[in-house]
Amino acid sequence: MSFPWANHYEPQNPLMKWVDEKLPLPRLVYNAVGAGYPVPRNLNYMYNFGVLAGFCLVLQIVTGVILAMHYAPNALVAFGSTEHIMRNVNWGWMLRYMHANGASFFFLVLYLHIFRGFYYGSYKAPREMIWLLGVVIFLLCMATAFMGYVLPWGQMSFWGAKVITGLFGAIPLVGEPLQIWLLGGYAPDNAALNRFFSLHFLLPFVIAGVVILHIWALHIPGSTNPTGVEVKKESDTVPFHPYYTAKDGFGLGVFLILYCLFVFFMPNALGHPDNYIEANPLSTPALIVPEWYFYPFYAILRAFTFDFILTAQLWGVLAMFSAILMWFFLPWLDRSPVRSASYRPLYRIFFWVLMVDMAALFYLGGAHAEEPYIMFSQLATAYYFLHFLVIVPIVSSIERPKPLPYSITEAVLGKDDDAQLGATVAAKA
Amino acid sequence: MIRLFAILIGLVFSGVALLSFGVGAYTFATEEHEPTAEHEFHLAPKDVAYSFDGPFGKWDKVQLQRGYKVYKEVCAACHSLKFVSFRDLADLGYSEAQVKALAAEWQVPGIDPDTGEATLRPGLPTDRFPLVYPNDVAARAANNNAIPPDLSLMTKARHDGTNYVHSLLIGYADPATYKNAEGKSLAQEFPEFSTPPGLNFNPYFANLNLAMAAPIAADGQVTYDDGTTATVDQMATDVAAFLTWTAEPKMQQRKQTGTWFILFLLFATTLAYFSYKNIWAGKKPKKGSSE
Repeated sequence: MSFPWANHYEPQNPLMKWVDEKLPLPRLVYNAVGAGYPVPRNLNYMYNFGVLAGFCLVLQIVTGVILAMHYAPNALVAFGSTEHIMRNVNWGWMLRYMHANGASFFFLVLYLHIFRGFYYGSYKAPREMIWLLGVVIFLLCMATAFMGYVLPWGQMSFWGAKVITGLFGAIPLVGEPLQIWLLGGYAPDNAALNRFFSLHFLLPFVIAGVVILHIWALHIPGSTNPTGVEVKKESDTVPFHPYYTAKDGFGLGVFLILYCLFVFFMPNALGHPDNYIEANPLSTPALIVPEWYFYPFYAILRAFTFDFILTAQLWGVLAMFSAILMWFFLPWLDRSPVRSASYRPLYRIFFWVLMVDMAALFYLGGAHAEEPYIMFSQLATAYYFLHFLVIVPIVSSIERPKPLPYSITEAVLGKDDDAQLGATVAAKA
Repeated sequence: MIRLFAILIGLVFSGVALLSFGVGAYTFATEEHEPTAEHEFHLAPKDVAYSFDGPFGKWDKVQLQRGYKVYKEVCAACHSLKFVSFRDLADLGYSEAQVKALAAEWQVPGIDPDTGEATLRPGLPTDRFPLVYPNDVAARAANNNAIPPDLSLMTKARHDGTNYVHSLLIGYADPATYKNAEGKSLAQEFPEFSTPPGLNFNPYFANLNLAMAAPIAADGQVTYDDGTTATVDQMATDVAAFLTWTAEPKMQQRKQTGTWFILFLLFATTLAYFSYKNIWAGKKPKKGSSE
């Protein structure tokens, strides 16, 4: 892995030499996120979000482990123990707001990271495995966040759990037994709360494991870049440290400012007031919605209102799961050899249509289930599926991409002296 | 092959979505849309300025003490405050001795040390505010089949909660003569609208009729210790402030901590920006030289 011109780890300090002989962990770090990892020199700010997502994962694990020391996963006392954290635990309010808003910011960063991938074709060969692992991480994050939202045992926790596990009930034949098995009962109660807590504690460590695989897979071909042209030579790259540690450091600062504005000045802006009402199986909230980061998929779920061969509910469930699962096939649906949308005029238009479509789904997923919102979400859902499954494959075969720069160096500096020799260099490679 | 399958599946999903759209749009276009009284006459809460608003907001302790008095003399007849302890009242500016005295004014459940039987005893600072009813059945029985909710978190459990509490308390009206801000009369627009017996009309409540009768009925219902004139609006404002404190007792600490966090982060991010620019100085072409 890595490029032949990568810096080599040469410890000077006798202690570090001694450590390196016994356990080359510093060497691993040096080669992974240090000066030993050459990275394309032209990455823009959209490439900050991977590091930020990693930061969010650590933040969630650290705050979550401490919250778990004070939280009680029992349906009788869960709500009260959350309030105990808010009122009596030293800095408990800060930990809880950091954790709750941390989930929101984690998803914000993940979405931007994924959309970056859509635009720059990060899923294309030779990076398919990175993409597949990324989709796995996203699915695990969704499961973790969903179960975490149930833990405070407020009204939205309870009814959210009921609606989402109810989706499994829509599956023919096995649906109802499956739902009962998942919940450990006929409705969310202590059994469900306990297992959700257990899994909510476990899954982040599974995510951390898949993140390691994700980064491992990334380090084989290295990052994409805004041109989509592969790294050819040393002048195309800079060492990760100090160049991208510095850039990511600045990005992290900006991220933390935005995050702290929410944690300290509007900590409940992204939540729902109903979750400050204790769970009550006898009182259904006027509007049951998940957290904002699930809105697009919730909009897709609710868009299917017409029984066509299958029941509308089953269509909704199938569509909602397919909406993410189909990302697994993206590397094989998009056959364009050009990665970056900057050089794909037709694809770029549809990418921005998709962004508008996603924005609409985000809005509609949180709206009341009434007209005209449902009609708009039906149109937005139709485009969402057309985009990935119909438009992307067709565009990639009919599109005429713009000429690519010879190299990253040429893209950055405007000229590359090797460009005239392009033929010979290519032949050598 | 995979792309053929994908196109097929994509067409099926979007086709069914569009089918749903067609059916929905047809129904939408052909069905009558009766506006409802709840939709036309429900009001968003009025904005009231509080000392704790904004990023540097602080509690007005005198106001919170007034609000506590309104809670104790009016709301506490039916509504509990089960997540708040008497010791928390020290936040309102009361001394340790005053907190002890305030706690002792409440009767909390205890155990008779001689017989072990359940009994009532005066509250201690470590006690929580007591429940009003032993259980939901008792609460319903005493309140025309409605359960008075616990108020500890009320201002966080409603949209724009502080203003909501204030508006709700001053918003009671007679449905027969009620007109909204545009001058539309409820009785004329919705002649069939009625407030069932035992419920009370209030345009700030989601479905316009709520079980609670106007709890603050007249000026001077509470006698303030600091000489403030106890108008209905003043009492509603003060108790809304108090319930904001009960819902989020750490708000002031949170905002002050946040200010330091933001100041530090601005400083650190500025440094990070210049070190980023410095490190990259030789690696980026001057502006305008590329493309």
